[in-house]
Amino acid sequence: MALINIKNREVQIKIVYYGPGRGGKTTNLEYINKTYRKQIKTEMVSLKTQDDRTLFFDFLPFDVGQIKGFDVTIQLYTVPGQVKYNATRKLVLRGVDGVVFVADVQKEQRKKNIESLNQLYENLKTYNLDLFKIPFVMQYNKIDLKNSDIPIIPSKIMQKDLNSLIKAPAFEASALKGGNVILTLKKIISMTLASIQDQIF
Amino acid sequence: MFTENQLKAIDSVIHTNLMEAGIDHVIFMDMAGNTIAKHDNGKNRLDSIAFAALAAGNFAAVDAMAKLVGESEFSLLFHKGEKSSIHFSKASDDTLLITMFNKDISLGLVRLKAGEAIEQINEILSNE
Ligand SMILES: Nc1nc2c(ncn2[C@@H]2O[C@H](COP(=O)(O)OP(=O)(O)O)[C@@H](O)[C@H]2O)c(=O)[nH]1
Ligand SMILES: [Mg+2]
Repeated sequence: MALINIKNREVQIKIVYYGPGRGGKTTNLEYINKTYRKQIKTEMVSLKTQDDRTLFFDFLPFDVGQIKGFDVTIQLYTVPGQVKYNATRKLVLRGVDGVVFVADVQKEQRKKNIESLNQLYENLKTYNLDLFKIPFVMQYNKIDLKNSDIPIIPSKIMQKDLNSLIKAPAFEASALKGGNVILTLKKIISMTLASIQDQIF
Repeated sequence: MFTENQLKAIDSVIHTNLMEAGIDHVIFMDMAGNTIAKHDNGKNRLDSIAFAALAAGNFAAVDAMAKLVGESEFSLLFHKGEKSSIHFSKASDDTLLITMFNKDISLGLVRLKAGEAIEQINEILSNE
């Protein structure tokens, strides 16, 4: 649930990047952090293991400026992707307003994408949230691998696997190179703002 | 959503119960990591946005651990440092009151004051 502070005219919104381990969630936030350094008041917080994997979450607060007289801050989080960390993934989803699903287009990750999406559905349900109703954007990441020897899944198949029912806006992206990272972010922000419109504006 | 009057009343409760008792920082927040009210004594800076996110995560993790060992909750969550300490109290199912204080103030006093503040805040939030 977005926090709307009438007195200070502030809105805080929580957006979570979800997806299978090593799909590129942290890399998305790192790119955003680099690109919008000026709008970000604090350091990015990353709780990670010794071998650089997300342990709990990454956190990046992001000012989008004034909307209709309200100062809007977007709090971006990632979840830890490793299978064994589902308890922590659930904690990070608490109070979420919008979700970006970062899927990995590598052929060998096909099953993991589907499993992760199914688990997202279940995890949201524990908070009485419906994946089919909340603001949701799909990202097919590592599209740059098209030009490598690594086999990738065509976006048509990705759509069929992950998005045939939800029909969320979907973007091919390369978090590493920055391709469509900002577009993904802008889309989820505008959808999330639209969903809380009636509460404030 | 909190009304403007509720937010003002919460500010005043935090001010009289906690800030005037000499506590350095107080954050009243929701479990998602959003700050509802924050106060500081102006002496030392704190990145309260990042702090709130970490505090929510920390509290949620400890809460989940309590459930695993069959406790409904661990009522006291307290981190003691050399110069300053942090005290967490659950104010309701959805809110958390966090106080940071220096070594001149006893934990006992903080617990007492935080308890009183929470009672008053919940009272404010129960009448629309
Ligand atoms: N080729 C390629 N590699 C990527 C891309 N995004 C992330 N990676 C790599 O994938 C690995 C895992 O990324 P990370 O962001 O830590 O994944 P997370 O577990 O979802 O947070 C890292 O080695 C990244 O450099 C991308 O768009 N293209
Ligand atoms: Mg990560």
